[in-house]
Amino acid sequence: MSLAEESSVVSVFTEEEEESLNRRYTLWIKEALDELPHNFTITDPFLSGHPIVFASLGFLKMTGYSRAEVIGRNGKFFQGPKTNRRSIMEIREAIREERSVQVSLLNYRKSGSPFWMLFHMIPVFGRDDGKVINFVAVQVPISGRDHHRKLTSVGDDVSSLDHSEFVFGSCRREVCFGNFVQHRALPVECDDDEQGLEDWEYCEASESEKLRAVEAINNVLSVLTRYSELSGRLVCGKRYCLRGVDCLSSSLVISLGRIKQSFVLTNPCIPDMPIIYASDAFLTLTGYKRHEVLGQNCRFLSGVDTDSSVLYEMKECILKGQSCTVQILNYSNRKDKSTFWNLLHISPVRNASGKTAYFVGVQVEASCRNTESKELRPETKQLSVVGAVRVAVRSSFMVTC
Amino acid sequence: MLLKIKRVPTVVSNYQKDETVEEGGCGRNCLSKCCIDGATLPLYTCKNLNKSIGEKSEAPGKFLESLVLGEWEDRFQRGLFRYDVTACETKVIPGKYGFIAQLNEGRHLKKRPTEFRVDKVLQPFDGNKFNFTKVGQEELLFQFEASNDDNDSGIQLFPSIPLEADDSPSVVAINVSPIEYGHVLLIPRVLDCLPQRIDHKSLLLALQMATEAANPYFRLGYNSLGAFATINHLHFQAYYLAMQFPIEKASSLKITSTNDGVKISKLLNYPVRGLLFEGGNSIKDLSDTVSDASVCLQNNNIPFNILISDSGRQIFLLPQCYAEKQALGEVCSELLDTQVNPAVWEMSGHMVLKRKDDYEEASEAKAWRLLAEVSLSEERFKEVNTMIFEAIGLSSHEVAEEEEEEQTSMNSGFIRVHCPSVKEEEACI
Repeated sequence: MSLAEESSVVSVFTEEEEESLNRRYTLWIKEALDELPHNFTITDPFLSGHPIVFASLGFLKMTGYSRAEVIGRNGKFFQGPKTNRRSIMEIREAIREERSVQVSLLNYRKSGSPFWMLFHMIPVFGRDDGKVINFVAVQVPISGRDHHRKLTSVGDDVSSLDHSEFVFGSCRREVCFGNFVQHRALPVECDDDEQGLEDWEYCEASESEKLRAVEAINNVLSVLTRYSELSGRLVCGKRYCLRGVDCLSSSLVISLGRIKQSFVLTNPCIPDMPIIYASDAFLTLTGYKRHEVLGQNCRFLSGVDTDSSVLYEMKECILKGQSCTVQILNYSNRKDKSTFWNLLHISPVRNASGKTAYFVGVQVEASCRNTESKELRPETKQLSVVGAVRVAVRSSFMVTC
Repeated sequence: MLLKIKRVPTVVSNYQKDETVEEGGCGRNCLSKCCIDGATLPLYTCKNLNKSIGEKSEAPGKFLESLVLGEWEDRFQRGLFRYDVTACETKVIPGKYGFIAQLNEGRHLKKRPTEFRVDKVLQPFDGNKFNFTKVGQEELLFQFEASNDDNDSGIQLFPSIPLEADDSPSVVAINVSPIEYGHVLLIPRVLDCLPQRIDHKSLLLALQMATEAANPYFRLGYNSLGAFATINHLHFQAYYLAMQFPIEKASSLKITSTNDGVKISKLLNYPVRGLLFEGGNSIKDLSDTVSDASVCLQNNNIPFNILISDSGRQIFLLPQCYAEKQALGEVCSELLDTQVNPAVWEMSGHMVLKRKDDYEEASEAKAWRLLAEVSLSEERFKEVNTMIFEAIGLSSHEVAEEEEEEQTSMNSGFIRVHCPSVKEEEACI
């Protein structure tokens, strides 16, 4: 990319993404992380799209991107057609289960060229509430050469090596990916240099590369821990307490973040039924910031001219555990402080226990009804949000490590 | 000797009554000649099919997903389902594989069981028995079509298209006894009344739906007769479950590749012996290979299940013999008492349990034991594979050689890598 093109790249990240680390770890955190020599990224699962909120200089050099091009992206951004599907699934499930994973992965540079690296990711927990605050991922490029040399030295009996422990790191029961390790580990008749590497179905990291990954993870974690002490909101690599019941798991938040329409989740089991999740679209529609709405009852959207009989109708439905659709006048916090007619649908949502855990409220601004999707009926679109929330909530039950 | 077992069939439609009783007349708003005149249904046409991986946008997948979920929720709120599946407790069983168990006491009627013939995978369509022309139209969500050839407008969803036999419409319907939220049935060419057997066109349609949905948590499944299909009218099933199935975690060992680039592997370290098909130069190549294999099994009277996974990139073919064992009295009562019928979802690791005790005491070992009973034995599996490879057009001699090569290279000090000559595609992000 020419310099001229580079300078015109538009940043894709939001203010929330830019500030994510500063809020938790103080303003000094990025400087401290920049002093580490490793390749790593840090993501924030509580922001929509599970974006990268920090990328080390080493990572940028390895991939050829600038910081502005990486912050705000999801990790998928670096995958491509030859990236192994199983590895992608492994990572996705580790995120969903809030545990660590170590797997070889083929990624793509800005230039388009692929490269193999050892991907080692861990969750970082809040010490007091057991929530996943961030995921830290370290990327160690794999040369393939070390391992090749090691295994063809005289006397090595490949079949006796316990391959299963090579592939997976801490906190993960061994699932034998026999095929990958035993059959695709080394080229003997292929090109020995890196050029041929991307044609491999799998590429195993050497012992030293694995050690480097662990060392890097520990270094990053220790910087984060130290700076979290400064801000008073400690983090650590282990979960010290069970996540509170009113805390949504990071994986549920990630799933909900894929739903692009305006909706909120409220908790009917907590007094005054507060909002525990609000989609980005909801914030845009109502003009409020996330921290202004979380923990509040939805009534802040009502005002002088809101029909109280409609509010009563909603309350009755909630008490009976029923769905309903109402048309209600809402007051926004947008610049013009305008009111809008909200075609609101609410419905109880059960979790894996089978009991009602939340209520979902899906807002459609009446005047926007016809512009959103020309093909799907507005009613269907609204109900699809309910359905997507049901799938996300029901599926967010996890295996304990 | 006719092999039969007694089973309480799953009710998939509100209009499914005692199979032997045929009521005259209608007024049920069904799909038969009595009601179909003037019937219309939205038509969804695919968009995502011929693009390569990099080009695929998320949008068509989300659109189909919104359509399925939105229509399903609509029927849900209208009370068309026999029970609220989200009220059924579910959990992941602790263990290496994470089998998923659900306590569903309402799925199975307490009515008296019917006799099912389990010794013939191929049975002709019987219009007198329940079939999908008898479902109420409100149970249908939309028509589904893959090709968009005539359509330049870019429109994917046509809100109201007549259902006409000449067009051979394929439809998506709700399963009124859902296993999970969003459980639907894909019924290819419903008015053609095809019996439950795989043909190339129909499997392709199923694969196209999986590809179009572009969601790894939306899988399609198929049960042959004798592998716990209860309705002899061609249909696939699908639903959303946002986590990996145990079978998707199992490792695999490559056996061979076809000339069309379809890679065939066998499952390892999984209680069920089966084949995994993936790759191929096109969706059609993958689909055709699996169809060839399925037709071979059908013609040899071997019951099987099919799971389409990873947004249509992976297809599991799982032959089984449980029904035959049951009919011959070879299954121990402990397993029989759980009344778990190992259809495709159970084979994949999603178990629906009827009794609270079974649910409370569910363990990976028990799930493993049940599925191991269902699986073909190693010898039988090898025999079946030989049949399949011949049918696909791979000489068993070639395949045996490749397998041997893999084996010896494992044992010696060298490990040979299969380096396919891959065309240098520009990597696209």
